[in-house]
Amino acid sequence: MSNTISIRKGLDIRLVGEATKEIREVPVTGIVGVSPLDFHGLTPKMVVKEGDIVSVGDILFYDKKKESIKFVSPASGTVKQVVRGEKRRITNILIATDGKQTAKKFDLKKISDYSSEEVKALLLESGFWSSMKQRPLDIIADPSNDAKGLFVSSFDSAPLAPDYDYVLSEDMDALQVGFDALQILMKGNVHLSSKPNSEFAKINGVTHHCFEGVHPVGNVGTQIHHIDPVNKGEFVWALNIQEVAAIGKFISSGTIDPTRKIALTGSEINTPTYLKIVKGSTMSALVEKQIEGSNVRYISGNVLTGDKKELTDYIGFYANQITVIPEGDEYKFFLTTGWLGLGFDKFSNSRLFPTFLLPKSKNFRLDTNTNGEERAFVVTGELERVFPFDILPVQLTKAAITEDIDSMENLGIYEVAPEDFALCEYVCTTKINIQDKIRQGLDLIASECM
Amino acid sequence: MEPHFIKGGKYEKWNPLFETLATFAFTPKLVTTSGTHIRDGVDLKRTMMTVVLALVPCLLFGIYNTGHWELAVQEGNRNLPYFAEMGAKFLTGLTIVLPVIVVSYGVGLTIEFMFGMIRGHSLHEGFLVSGMLIPLTMPADVPLWMVGIATAFAVIIGKEIFGGTGMNVVNIALTARAFLFFAYPTSMSGDKVWMSGLGDKMATNPEGLDGFSGATALGDLASFMSDKATVAGEVVQSNEAVQNFSSEYTVWESFAGMIPGSIGETSTLACLIGAALLVITGVGSLRIILSFFAGGFVMGLLLNALGGNPYLDLPAYYHLIIGGFAFGAIFMATDPVTASQTALGKIIYGFLGGFLAIMIRVLNPAYPEGVFLAILFMNIMAPIIDHYIVQSNINRRLKRLKTA
Repeated sequence: MSNTISIRKGLDIRLVGEATKEIREVPVTGIVGVSPLDFHGLTPKMVVKEGDIVSVGDILFYDKKKESIKFVSPASGTVKQVVRGEKRRITNILIATDGKQTAKKFDLKKISDYSSEEVKALLLESGFWSSMKQRPLDIIADPSNDAKGLFVSSFDSAPLAPDYDYVLSEDMDALQVGFDALQILMKGNVHLSSKPNSEFAKINGVTHHCFEGVHPVGNVGTQIHHIDPVNKGEFVWALNIQEVAAIGKFISSGTIDPTRKIALTGSEINTPTYLKIVKGSTMSALVEKQIEGSNVRYISGNVLTGDKKELTDYIGFYANQITVIPEGDEYKFFLTTGWLGLGFDKFSNSRLFPTFLLPKSKNFRLDTNTNGEERAFVVTGELERVFPFDILPVQLTKAAITEDIDSMENLGIYEVAPEDFALCEYVCTTKINIQDKIRQGLDLIASECM
Repeated sequence: MEPHFIKGGKYEKWNPLFETLATFAFTPKLVTTSGTHIRDGVDLKRTMMTVVLALVPCLLFGIYNTGHWELAVQEGNRNLPYFAEMGAKFLTGLTIVLPVIVVSYGVGLTIEFMFGMIRGHSLHEGFLVSGMLIPLTMPADVPLWMVGIATAFAVIIGKEIFGGTGMNVVNIALTARAFLFFAYPTSMSGDKVWMSGLGDKMATNPEGLDGFSGATALGDLASFMSDKATVAGEVVQSNEAVQNFSSEYTVWESFAGMIPGSIGETSTLACLIGAALLVITGVGSLRIILSFFAGGFVMGLLLNALGGNPYLDLPAYYHLIIGGFAFGAIFMATDPVTASQTALGKIIYGFLGGFLAIMIRVLNPAYPEGVFLAILFMNIMAPIIDHYIVQSNINRRLKRLKTA
């Protein structure tokens, strides 16, 4: 066991609505959706058409540019509709479920008989590869590259995030099988980062790392930076630990298990709890009977990096939680709840608000109000306090805004993903959408330099 | 009411004005669209308002101090008891200082609104602070029209041509002061401008002013470098100069600010109260403030070691409590837009700023006060300091690539 790495720069945003440790199963009924928009930069090529019968694990579409990357159905039933948006872009593939969840049977050998290439082919064919992210660029990993390491974080430190020690407590065997497969794939370079005293330290074969501290300590980007940072020309891959367990189950059984455990959280949820769901379920089915009032925001994911959804939408591909918070679309009088109020109801990393005087046990009910208008960069030293990288966040953001490719390369754009800047975006006085700017910078790098 | 002002409405052109007032009274109902769904409570309005609050002790003390010296001039008595007739002094001070503030804000905000309307954005909050800083750096006797011109110059040339709040290269308030200093030197230096009414009275009715001096501590010190050293108008022997100086301007009086000078700068104590608020709230950089004081003190010690004339022999700590040193260190050097932006850069920037301020003050007889020049100079140098810090970060990354 290596030494514990302690992350001091960061911020734990304390929100109301943590999930209690109970699991409620949500049966799959009606429609499930798979959205190609969940995968940044993907152009899908359809395999199925409307009216086709599919079972769990059947290929729905593949990546037009890298044809080996396949995307599979999480449910059995009939393809009801291929929804298209502007410029006929495919936004959703809707499947009317038959409720039986019949699954395609894969013919598998014993795991130890596989070679690295065979594992890769298996993950691509079974759709698990779509969960594999690469850095640089924070997109689905390009299977034709060689990565110098595969990184898995065994905990999530985001606000109200699910506790994987709890979620995966019954899946330790599957997890071990999954990691064995990844070991074969990566020829050994698999890194698993855990909290101190975690059950996951018992996983065999992987390189263990121990992290403690404040968010973003659980983000895989933070961990990569402190273990083995990405240089120009190098690639690393990252995988969510629930997907590793799913891979393990798949290899043991030969069928794909499309269920995941997610946390249903947020101040507007009556009884926050864990849910066992099928991927792609509708938001309305997941939050049913849990919401009072209508002026709320449904987020697929956490409050920092999640996607805004409507009740009729479907939970995102990468989401491990749903957060529901109040919308903040109302005027606030400046002396009471507005910009010059005492602000005991606001959570701030700045000492301009009394947050720092309040006990650590106090949780906050925050809404989506921006608490101010967009301005130029004035305050300095603010982003650096929540950014545990040896990278200058303001300078890199400015390079991204000005589309200065040389500066972006020099300042470390290859190491970062938009989610690494989520806390910066939260604390920044300017109210600039920093994650969007970083994403635009990465897109530019992708088109010009990769 | 809002529909009249939005795009296509009847008063569309006036939207920036409407928006400014509306967002002042109410935090707007903007919600996050992408990225993080929640945002920190902090915004630029609150940040800037905190600086204004931090300036209040300086302002209140400045008003009283101005009133005191006005009365001292009227009675022709430089040794007027400081803590007597407090109400009268405060009211007198108010009649002098308030118009300066009104002119500064009036001119500055008008120009800001004009630019806001041209560019179609509401007022950005930077001038809330600049508009308060400008009066506090002015001598009490400054004509109001000069304040107006200086403010206009600073806002247009110092800030708006670069793009507005957050884009300026040099500090706005110091630009205003520097403009007056070089354009109207007679109104910004010498020994007649620091007490309200002194110039007029000497010209029209000098009765009762025999031997009365309106010199500041810095003015007296500057005379130490010439053949004829004076303290408060009286010629002193050079071997007794420092002694005379420290009995005329005792450490306590200098620290508390009971001496003539620009309106808001004399009291180191009031500045420190403001500094406490800035540092506790995190708005002002403690790195800059401490390193600025350290830089000034080190330069003072160096001059002491050099020695040779009374000014060089002045104890180093005196430099930190007279003139605009503390005010500059706490309210001017810490301006985040024009200071260095990196952590290490802030320390270098502050240290060199304080160092240069005392160097200019003592070694350049043409400029009795060096603080504002030193800060303006360091404003220009700050991007260069940052450049090297950023470059070292880049080099670390390149080195990692080579060794990997």
